[in-house]
Amino acid sequence: MLREWIVAIVMILGAAFMLIASIGLLRMPDLFSRMSATSKAATLGAGLVMLAAALYFSESGITLRVLAIIVFLLLTVPVAAHMIGRAAYFDGVPLWKGTLIDDLRGHYRTSDHQLVRDAAESPEFAIPEGEEGDDFFN
Amino acid sequence: MNIEVLYFLALAMISLGLVLAFIRLVRGPSLPDRVVAIDLVVALAIGIIASYAILFDQPAFLDVAIIIALISFLGTIAFAYYIERRV
Repeated sequence: MLREWIVAIVMILGAAFMLIASIGLLRMPDLFSRMSATSKAATLGAGLVMLAAALYFSESGITLRVLAIIVFLLLTVPVAAHMIGRAAYFDGVPLWKGTLIDDLRGHYRTSDHQLVRDAAESPEFAIPEGEEGDDFFN
Repeated sequence: MNIEVLYFLALAMISLGLVLAFIRLVRGPSLPDRVVAIDLVVALAIGIIASYAILFDQPAFLDVAIIIALISFLGTIAFAYYIERRV
């Protein structure tokens, strides 16, 4: 009986984190803050719901499987988020208009996508500025 | 109070999150936004599968969650390569 209550509490906590991640994805102003909202909260939420499954079944084989999923999520979600953010920066996805500083401006050479230390203002380093809504739906 | 009501409540919260993620998927406005939305949809699907496995006492569904997590990682990496080569 007590175990079922613990399972329910952990599960609702995970579901709440996932709901918060979705609200952040919908309400945040630009791509990078949206990614900051989703990648962390959704990983924690999925991990908590999987943990609830491990507590509910409480068998060693299932617990091992759940741990494998959690470790895999913790390894892959940051890598995927970093690659998407990097590609979006090269794509010229606009930052939020309230952004104060862009530390990467002038540090990426656009010809070979390499990071260089000294900032340069030459056109070789200019990332093309995309405008909002350049895709097919609007 | 029946404990299953709480399990259904968690499932309903994840489903509401799925609706919100789909709104972002349709609205965009750029391709990376949609890829991030798909990433979140996959994480929510993993949560739904785990909740379903608890609710209906079917531990075999957890294998599906492993496969979905694997394939979504490969898909996101492929989309990132595509977006970076496109410019």
